[in-house]
Amino acid sequence: MSTKTSTSESRTSAASDAFDLLKETVGDVTVDDPKMTARNVDVFYGDNQAIYDVSLDIGNNEVIAMIGPSGCGKSTFLRCMNRMNDSIPSCRVTGDMSLDGEDLYSAGLDPVLLRARVGMVFQKPNPFAKSIYDNVAYGPRIHGLASNRAELDDIVISSLQKAGLHEEVHDRLDAPGTSLSGGQQQRLCIARTIAVSPEVILMDEPCSALDPIATARIEELIDELRQNYAIAIVTHSMQQAARVSQRTAYFHLGKLVEVGSTNNIFTNPRHELTENYITGRFG
Amino acid sequence: MDKLHLDQHISQQFNHELEDIRNRVLAMGGLVEQQVDKGLTALLESDGDLGQIVATADFEVNAMEVEIDEECIQILARRQPAASDLRLIVTVIKVITDLERIGDEAEKMGRFAVELAEANAATSYRKELRRLGDLVKSMLRDALDAFARLDVDAAIKTAARDEDINAEYQTLQRLLATHLMEDPRQVSQLLKITWCARALERIGDHSVNICEYVVYLVKGRDIRHINFDQVRSEFLSKPN
Repeated sequence: MSTKTSTSESRTSAASDAFDLLKETVGDVTVDDPKMTARNVDVFYGDNQAIYDVSLDIGNNEVIAMIGPSGCGKSTFLRCMNRMNDSIPSCRVTGDMSLDGEDLYSAGLDPVLLRARVGMVFQKPNPFAKSIYDNVAYGPRIHGLASNRAELDDIVISSLQKAGLHEEVHDRLDAPGTSLSGGQQQRLCIARTIAVSPEVILMDEPCSALDPIATARIEELIDELRQNYAIAIVTHSMQQAARVSQRTAYFHLGKLVEVGSTNNIFTNPRHELTENYITGRFG
Repeated sequence: MDKLHLDQHISQQFNHELEDIRNRVLAMGGLVEQQVDKGLTALLESDGDLGQIVATADFEVNAMEVEIDEECIQILARRQPAASDLRLIVTVIKVITDLERIGDEAEKMGRFAVELAEANAATSYRKELRRLGDLVKSMLRDALDAFARLDVDAAIKTAARDEDINAEYQTLQRLLATHLMEDPRQVSQLLKITWCARALERIGDHSVNICEYVVYLVKGRDIRHINFDQVRSEFLSKPN
C-alpha cells in the first residue's frame, strides 16, 4: 500500500497547464471527529492514474459533497471507500484508507462486510427484481441480522420509515420494487442500504435521474440520515451540493483541489479552479 | 482572484447579463454624482431653479434602483450564481441601495436650495459648505471608481477619508451654531443649512459603505464594523 508508479496518461497542453497548477490541496482535509480517513491515495486503472495523492477525512454526522467535472476522479475516489473498485481487475489503489482506524485494504478485511458498514446508493435506482419487502430484507438476511420473521419485519419497516417510503408502500410490500416511481425506487435503495445498519453511506449522484420533488425528498432524507451516519455524496448539481452538505471537496484531473466548509466554498472559494467550476467559467 | 473575470463564463448570455448589470450600476452612480453636484451648486449659488431640477430628477435615480434590483432578482432566480458572481449580485443590490439614499440626500439639498433661495438666506457659511461638499463629491467619485475598477486599495484609502469629512462637518456645525447665537432671526435658514451639511455627511457615510462592499466583492470578506487599522494591515497591498 505504499508503492507509487509514474503515469503514462496523455493530456492536452491546456489540461497539462491546469494539472501543473494543482500542487497541494487548499483547505484543511482533516476533521475533528473522522469516521473515514484517506491519506495519500493514488488510484490506477492499468497504466493510467485516475487519482493523485488524495488525502481527505469523512467526519461523523456530516455530509461531504464531492464535486468536479466528469472524469475528475470523484466517483473513483468514492468507490474506493467501500472497495467497489475491487471488481475492476486493472484497478490498483495505493495509500491509506481507514474506517474507524481500521485499514480498508488490509488482507484480513472482508469486502462484503465492509460494504455492509459502508453502504452505497447509485445514480440509477437499481432495485432487485424482488418485492419491496425482499429488497429491504435482502441485506439483513445475508448478513444474518434477524433471527426470526418478526425481527426482520421490524428491520424492513424501520428502514422504510427512515427512508421516508413506508407511508407510501406499507399496503403493498409484496409488490415488485420495480413497480415504484423513480424517486420511490431510489428511496427503496436507500432503505435497502440502511437496513444493514451501515456506518457510512456513499451516494453517487443519487438524484440525477429524479424530478425536483423526488430530489427534494431525498435531500431531506439525507439531512435526516446525517444524525446517524457519515455521508459522502458525489453530485453534478452545484445547488444540491450547496443544499445538502456541510463540507465540499472539489476534484479536478484526479486531484483534490480544495476542501472546505460548504459555506465558504460557495461564497468565497480560495482556488481559482474551484471558482471557475462552481461559477461555470472556462477552466 | 482579485479580478472577477466576468466575461469568462461558458454561458455568453450570463457574461452579458453581469456586464450589463455592472454598467447600469455605473450609470446610476454617474447620475447620482450629477445630482449631488447640482444640488450643492444650487445651494452655494442660491439657484432655486437648479434646486428644483435636482429635486424633480430624483425619480430617475429611484427608477434605476428598481430596474437594477429587478435584474438582480432575475439573475438570482435563473442563474443561482455562486462565489464571485454571487458576491457581485449581492454587492450590486447593496450599492444601489446606498446610491438611492445618496440620491435622496441630493434631492433634500435641492429642496432646501429652493427654499433658501426664496428666503434670500445669508451666505456666510458658503466657503465651509463648499469645502465639505468638495470632500464629499471627491469621496463619492473615488468610491465609484474603486467599484468600477474593483480596486481594494483605492476602496480602503477612500473609506478612510470619511474622518476628514466628519471633521469638516463638525467645523461647519460649530460655525452654524455661532451664527445662530449671533443672529437668532436666521434660525429657520440656518437649520436648513445644518440639514444640508448633514446630508453631505451622510453621503460620505454611504460612500464608505460602497467602499466596504468593494472589499467584500473582491476579497470575499465583510469588513463592516471591523477596526480600520486591522482592515488596512490585512488588505492594503502596502499598509501605511
